[in-house]
Amino acid sequence: MSTAVSAPSAVAALPVEVTGLVKRFGSLTALDGVSLRLEPGQCLGLLGPNGAGKSTLIRAIVGRVLPDTGQVRIFGAEASTGAARQALGWIPQELAIYPRLTCRENLVSFGKYQGLGGARLAEQVAWCLKWAALEDRAGDAAGKLSGGMKRRLNMAAGIIHKPRLVLMDEPTVGVDPQSRNRIFEMIEELGAEGMSVLYTTHYMEEAERLCDRIAIIDHGRIIAEGTSEELVRNAFGTRSEVTARFTGNQEEIAAWVKQRGGSMSEGTAQFTVTRPAEIAPLLDEAATRGIGIEDVSLRRPNLESVFLHLTGRELRD
Amino acid sequence: MISAIVRTAITGLRRDRASLALSFVLPIAFFSIFAVIFGSAHDTIPQVHLIVVDQDQSSASRNLVRGLQREGSLVILTHPESKDSSAPAQDYTAAGAEAAVKAGTVPVALIIPSGWGQHPIAFDGGGSAPEIQLLNDQSDAIAPQVVNGLLQKAAMTAMPASMAGEGEKYMKQYVGGLTAEQQKRWDANLEKLNAREQIRAQQPADASTNTSSGFGDGGIIPVQTRKVVGEHKNKNMISFYAAAIGVMFLLFTASGSAGSLLDEQESGTLDRVLSSRVTMTTLLAGKMTFNTLLAFAQLTVMFLWGWAVFHLEIRGHVSGFIVMGLCTAFAVAAFGIFLASMCHTRGQLGAVSTLLILIMSSVGGSMFPRFMMPEAMQKAGLFTINAWAIDGFQKVFWRDLPIPELWPQVSVLLGVGIVLFAVSRRIARRWEFS
Repeated sequence: MSTAVSAPSAVAALPVEVTGLVKRFGSLTALDGVSLRLEPGQCLGLLGPNGAGKSTLIRAIVGRVLPDTGQVRIFGAEASTGAARQALGWIPQELAIYPRLTCRENLVSFGKYQGLGGARLAEQVAWCLKWAALEDRAGDAAGKLSGGMKRRLNMAAGIIHKPRLVLMDEPTVGVDPQSRNRIFEMIEELGAEGMSVLYTTHYMEEAERLCDRIAIIDHGRIIAEGTSEELVRNAFGTRSEVTARFTGNQEEIAAWVKQRGGSMSEGTAQFTVTRPAEIAPLLDEAATRGIGIEDVSLRRPNLESVFLHLTGRELRD
Repeated sequence: MISAIVRTAITGLRRDRASLALSFVLPIAFFSIFAVIFGSAHDTIPQVHLIVVDQDQSSASRNLVRGLQREGSLVILTHPESKDSSAPAQDYTAAGAEAAVKAGTVPVALIIPSGWGQHPIAFDGGGSAPEIQLLNDQSDAIAPQVVNGLLQKAAMTAMPASMAGEGEKYMKQYVGGLTAEQQKRWDANLEKLNAREQIRAQQPADASTNTSSGFGDGGIIPVQTRKVVGEHKNKNMISFYAAAIGVMFLLFTASGSAGSLLDEQESGTLDRVLSSRVTMTTLLAGKMTFNTLLAFAQLTVMFLWGWAVFHLEIRGHVSGFIVMGLCTAFAVAAFGIFLASMCHTRGQLGAVSTLLILIMSSVGGSMFPRFMMPEAMQKAGLFTINAWAIDGFQKVFWRDLPIPELWPQVSVLLGVGIVLFAVSRRIARRWEFS
């Protein structure tokens, strides 16, 4: 990276440091005292359902949203300053590319907007085309590309200036599984290059695969933060999750599940157990009450379970 | 089933204010504009500004001028407007009147030559008697017709004594004179007519009691018409229509092009661009530069087409075209950016721009020349980019005026462009942060 941040604490400064961020839109509080830190070279996942405040937080870090209170620092520089803009690359959720320009022309335009020129620009365009696997489509109009290719071009345009920090706002929305895998590989390549990444998603699998640490956000607040294992351990300890589907009177089933400390979601009951031996007495009691058992499974809790445990709602609600 | 479809469509239309405006406001606005221009309201008939140079200063010429002054359709100017109220302005000379017509100050001037009063009426074509000269600007085809007609009318009504005197001369020439008794009674009547003329001369002109009615080109007062502007133009009014139509379409193109801001906002590209090193001011300046160049290119193509197909005289006007073209392009580009910054969606921009541009174009002279419009509407036209641009191009191509003479148009167009850009920049703050 040839650019340098002019803030005095640049050498030691964190890629992202958010402190007590509050943003209200009328009566809606989109961010309610968010504090967050991203360590150098780390990929931090911001996991939350739609409307949780992920995009607002990203836009505040980019400097496109002015917070009511709180502070955002990018490598020590205040958000939206020239130094901060230079240090970060933003990949928005929308396909923010020029559809009538070719892939190469798009990258050249965004490169120039970032102050690149001459040989450095040509070099960066070539690197981005290769990174996004769009070398053979470089001369094609962006509007004529497939959905996955547009997503990849959208990502390439965000990192054309090879920033030290990349902010990705749900980059896999509407992408087929094959293209999604390609995008994961691209993000992993960025990590290998030493870039710090802040990645928002509401897909648990993405967060688990890509992120070193995960922050769960809901109703504009960070409700938990840590590695995937830490989050599960903190929420469930050594307990496992039993899911069961019962037949019979659904109201009676729901009342019994609640009485046994479990929860119902979409017709499926969920319990937590410390040892597998606890399952048999549970099923015996169900049978005694005349509740039929359709299927039962035991699994380690995951981030989805953590979110459900913390909020009482599914991640995709 | 059909009623459900109709209800859905009505609800959709009711909530689409832009479509509602296009459906109802635009037709009403256009109807009103055309009604005012071509309607029958008597107080909205356009007045013709006419310079009169009375070199004769005879009783007949003074009566004729007074007769013309009584015409409500004419505004008679005998001297330029004086900036210093304490010093009365000098009367127009023949050369000054011709210069004023050439500069577009007035469309017509009348020169009453010395000696005209001795033979003001000509039933036989005038012979060698001095003739009134009517200097006109060919771009206004109506004004000279109006002036010539009213001139003949004024001769009939404002100078009966002169007519009678001239009639006597013709009678003596062709009949052989009167008896002593007839001559005595004739002279007595002539004195009465002279006395009446004197009394009328002392009364203030009352425009409301006079109505104009043209007599056509032929008349009892011989008039020599001379085109002082456009006399060598091989293709009449091509430059006017190139500018008039050009500016209207420039406005449409500029607002459409500036609408890319709204597209970019909707697609998220605007956010991305503003998160780079590009600031809002830089972005707007970039869009403005592009739109200016696009508009100038459009004008160039239009005038080149006029040259190739309609023999518009471009040679000798290139520098004037560049000055006016760039100033016009700058103003319309800023207008486009202003509209885009005001609107929230492409649909809204389409409706608002169509509404405004069509109204501006009709009032500003892009659809029909402003001299055909009532006085008030001509003044209203000065609030449009169209009017200033068209006037400027007319000065270049029609009047062959040098570039320094374009200063009013250049100043207004550049001023409008700068103000609209500044206002747009202020409004665009809503795109910068949320």
